[in-house]
Amino acid sequence: MVDALHIIRDDGSTDPRLDPELSEEDAVRLYRGMSLQRILDNRMLALQRQGRIGFYGPSLGQEAAIVGAAMAMEPEDWIVPQYREPGAALIRGMPLKELLCQLIGNAEDPVHGRQMPCHYVYRKGNYLSISSPVGTQIPHAVGIAWAMRLRGEPHAVLVFFGDGATSTADFHAAMNFAGVFRTPTVFLCNNNQWAISVPVARQTASATLAQKAPAYGFDGVRVDGMDALAVFRATGDAARRAREGHGPTMIEAVTYRLGPHSSSDDPSRYRDESEVALWRARDPIARYRRYLEHAGWWDDGREARLEQEIGDEITRAIQEAERAPPPAVETLFTDVYAEMPDHLRDQRDAFLAPRGR
Amino acid sequence: MPAMTMVQAINNALREEMRRDDRVIVLGEDVGRNGGVFRCTEGLLDEFPERVFDTPLAEGGIIGTAIGMALYGLRPVPEIQFMDFIYPAFDQIVSEAAKMRYRSGGQFTVPMTIRTPFGGGIRGGHYHSQSSEAYFCHTPGLKVVVPSTPKEAKGLLTASIRDPDPVMFLEPKKLYRSSREEVPEGEVLVPLGEAAVRRPGKDVSLIAYGYMAQVCLEAATKAAAKGVEAEVIDLRTLVPLDEPTLLASVKKTGRAVVVYEAPRTAGFGAEISAILAEKAIEYLRGPIVRVTGFDTPFPYALEDVYLPNSDRVLAAIDKVMTF
Ligand SMILES: Cc1ncc(C[n+]2csc(CCOP(=O)(O)OP(=O)(O)O)c2C)c(N)n1
Ligand SMILES: [Mg+2]
Repeated sequence: MVDALHIIRDDGSTDPRLDPELSEEDAVRLYRGMSLQRILDNRMLALQRQGRIGFYGPSLGQEAAIVGAAMAMEPEDWIVPQYREPGAALIRGMPLKELLCQLIGNAEDPVHGRQMPCHYVYRKGNYLSISSPVGTQIPHAVGIAWAMRLRGEPHAVLVFFGDGATSTADFHAAMNFAGVFRTPTVFLCNNNQWAISVPVARQTASATLAQKAPAYGFDGVRVDGMDALAVFRATGDAARRAREGHGPTMIEAVTYRLGPHSSSDDPSRYRDESEVALWRARDPIARYRRYLEHAGWWDDGREARLEQEIGDEITRAIQEAERAPPPAVETLFTDVYAEMPDHLRDQRDAFLAPRGR
Repeated sequence: MPAMTMVQAINNALREEMRRDDRVIVLGEDVGRNGGVFRCTEGLLDEFPERVFDTPLAEGGIIGTAIGMALYGLRPVPEIQFMDFIYPAFDQIVSEAAKMRYRSGGQFTVPMTIRTPFGGGIRGGHYHSQSSEAYFCHTPGLKVVVPSTPKEAKGLLTASIRDPDPVMFLEPKKLYRSSREEVPEGEVLVPLGEAAVRRPGKDVSLIAYGYMAQVCLEAATKAAAKGVEAEVIDLRTLVPLDEPTLLASVKKTGRAVVVYEAPRTAGFGAEISAILAEKAIEYLRGPIVRVTGFDTPFPYALEDVYLPNSDRVLAAIDKVMTF
């Protein structure tokens, strides 16, 4: 279906020339990351329908393209997300409870309920804050990578964005700067075929998205985004080259958004279920599981235990997060500046005063 | 006459203008098959397959090409999905659309209406809630229109599309489906530049637009229960502003409360306050009081704290009534 780099064959064996030869531990960790993302998405969509969170954007179908890429980066590398990549933040060690508190927007949310659900941030994992405006993060990733070079530090930046984002001016400016300044940036485009209701054919008349990279002076590769090993391999190679001073790479992960754009979206208005079914048959998690089984690292028993474990973790995180109170009103006024200016202090005091505190 | 929500009235206005004038073109993200994320363009692609376009995700491209269409004589009505996403097109709007007539001595003009949902009240956090009308009111060459009822949304949008200059048509999301109103089929026109007196009163003028006009009406009802008669002025068009209606009201009441949900500093209501200070100060019994959003980014969980409500307006009324 896709003319792109792939490693896991249908029977679960791998292409020996390309297999990144993960240890059992890493291989299972990748699987766990993808499964966590999948189970979390389904649970959060349900929570949204129950009105316990206000909004959610799932990454169903894109687990390999998200977790596989994040796993290929070193801890010192930075990750710059679009918004559909909580799986990458969790791989970086973001506690589930922290994510849940963000989704609810409560007092224990590190950003005090200031942002909509799915706009989490994780500084400890070098995982940047999320902005809704599409594409704005891509130049940031180039600037961070540029700064790494300026400081002589051998790290790289992985930036996620969608097919829709490749139409933004920021994408093109970022690609151009990365090419000119040879920044250690890995551009990971999750081509999930849709930008809400707009198909990728309406984003570009180019045959592929990866082919945009050569026009900016560096390589673009297409990988099967339903194949976690292929994504891992391509991202790892690109990051290594970046750290060694060989400049940026763009990776187009060809994947599919199996679910709605978000909890506010109804995809039946604009796409055929038959198309979805075709891609569902290529489910990245099922495919990766066949690889684990082929390697002798997985069976039904381990699967059942993993599901149970993840389910329990999520339940615990929900329970703990739902116990937290709403954010304090004062937090509306903090962090606008390092130091609160007088005019803002006055607004805060005037608002709080009649409430008799 | 059908009862319509504001979404339906906007859809109806677009449809009727597209039927009347084949130069009217609709373009934007998700406006075709999906009918717009708020459904304002629902069904238009079916009826006008050659004049409705889902575009690539690039606001600068949407507005820049719409300007080109307008230069060539079409009447584009681009949609920006949320006003929070208009900034990639800011240069095209303020440097190009706004100045085209002036810089070409009237040889080239941009009859374009940019529709965009704006404002808070839908739990959209920073990036699906902002009211950035002030940036555009500050740009000579642009008209800025804000409807607050379904019928007037139809009338104002129709007038905007027919206007020879670029119009920013800002749709208060909070009012999209909050009520229904009888909206006549066929031509409805509300001229640009005319404010409406929503409720007459002699004690204090409440001046607002969009969702805040509704909040002021609620506050006026509460004030009436306390024996204070508040007059509610809904500006409807911010640029050009209907100064006579504004000044007549304040000269009559001698008290003014200006309400807007954007951040306080340099918001459009600051301009209103300045006009009142310049042109009606001798009629004022006390200070002009503003009720506004705070000088912070628009929040998510604390949205209700941020957005002015009728109690905050009432507190301002109480304050000016002490004079
Ligand atoms: C600048 C900007 N314009 C419009 C939007 C509204 N919007 C949110 S997501 C989206 C589609 C993005 O598609 P893509 O980049 O392919 O990412 P995906 O959602 O498929 O992961 C749009 C149009 C936005 N957030 N930012
Ligand atoms: Mg996409």
